Amino acid sequence: MSPVSQETGQGASTIHEVLERVCGAMHIAEGFLPPAHAIAWSVASAPFVVHGVRSLTREVREHPESTLLLGASGAFTFVLSALKLPSVTGSCSHPTGTGLGAILFRPPIMAVLGTITLLFQALLLAHGGLTTLGANVFSMAIVGPWAGYAVYRLLRRFGVPLMVTVFFGAFVADLSTYCVTSVQLALAFPDPSSGFLGALGKFGSIFAVTQLPLAVSEGLLTVLVMRLLVQSSKGELTRLGVLLSGKQNRTETETEVVAR
Amino acid sequence: MNRNTKINALLLLVVAALAVLPLALGLGDHKEEPFTGADGEAETAITEIEPDYKPWFSPLYEPPSGEIESALFSLQAALGAGVLAYYFGIHRGRRQGEERARAQLDAAGKTAPDTVTRAASAGGEGSPEDAGQSTTGRV
Repeated sequence: MSPVSQETGQGASTIHEVLERVCGAMHIAEGFLPPAHAIAWSVASAPFVVHGVRSLTREVREHPESTLLLGASGAFTFVLSALKLPSVTGSCSHPTGTGLGAILFRPPIMAVLGTITLLFQALLLAHGGLTTLGANVFSMAIVGPWAGYAVYRLLRRFGVPLMVTVFFGAFVADLSTYCVTSVQLALAFPDPSSGFLGALGKFGSIFAVTQLPLAVSEGLLTVLVMRLLVQSSKGELTRLGVLLSGKQNRTETETEVVAR
Repeated sequence: MNRNTKINALLLLVVAALAVLPLALGLGDHKEEPFTGADGEAETAITEIEPDYKPWFSPLYEPPSGEIESALFSLQAALGAGVLAYYFGIHRGRRQGEERARAQLDAAGKTAPDTVTRAASAGGEGSPEDAGQSTTGRV
């Protein structure tokens, strides 16, 4: 692409460089959100992450045997968010991998695992950033997992087969993450003439269309890992309420979920 | 290849196809520099909206070159893949161990029924029915 003419100078990254990072990683780059926005998103994310850390420590204390599967869920996020894939729009993006952990351990725990992944990328890869961590955590580690989990629960309630629910859970978790990113950018950079909605349309059409086939890939990969888990870890999946053994269990897990 | 493995292979194939098709069909050909990030259009969008925006904070550490950056990205993927492989490997090993213990017991006859439970608990969480499928658990 042609270099951007605007010089921001002063040794800081030019907007062109920033955009390379913003869009290459699909997370909002360091220093790219105005301070007020950065602080607001951090404040919004913090309680979710704190709550997540609590759920995580409780889970590990009560079920030490799930540590390994927790690690595997985090690992899945690590792999998928390192995979930059070409998309139909002729540009690249990467999946998030947050759907699996949200389905297995519920979204609060995924808020922690997602934050760890984002921190790794912000500190070592200069992708995303510390000032934009709050906003990126909000989209990838909070909204994505919750949206995916909600779809998963909803479809399960209607008796849709497990693997179909897993696919749509992961698909929605991925896509909603980038929808939130678009909203965040549109809020920070509303279009001078058409305002927030105009900017949202612009960012949304760029990010969401690129992300669509990647969300399908993420759904399929999540189904693959879930199939392997069903083969290898029946006991654990049953305990987590993903696999249901008989009607008795079904109502039990459902009341448990409601109670939580 | 049994049915399970075939389905898993098919899933991988579709994912690979989704990644390769945009390249093969030349969907990036209309761009000067195809397959960079979604930045071609996003760039124009943002610079149109606010051309003077200056990032107010720069990363504490930035990979000095594209090569280092891709190395770190591979490291991230490798770490993740390693942990995943460890997880599935350890479970497969457990199930095989269980199966072997059960086979030995069957051969030895029913002289020591309590060893069945001991072998099962040593094998971790696996239940008798998934031991039969252990050969399908390929990673």
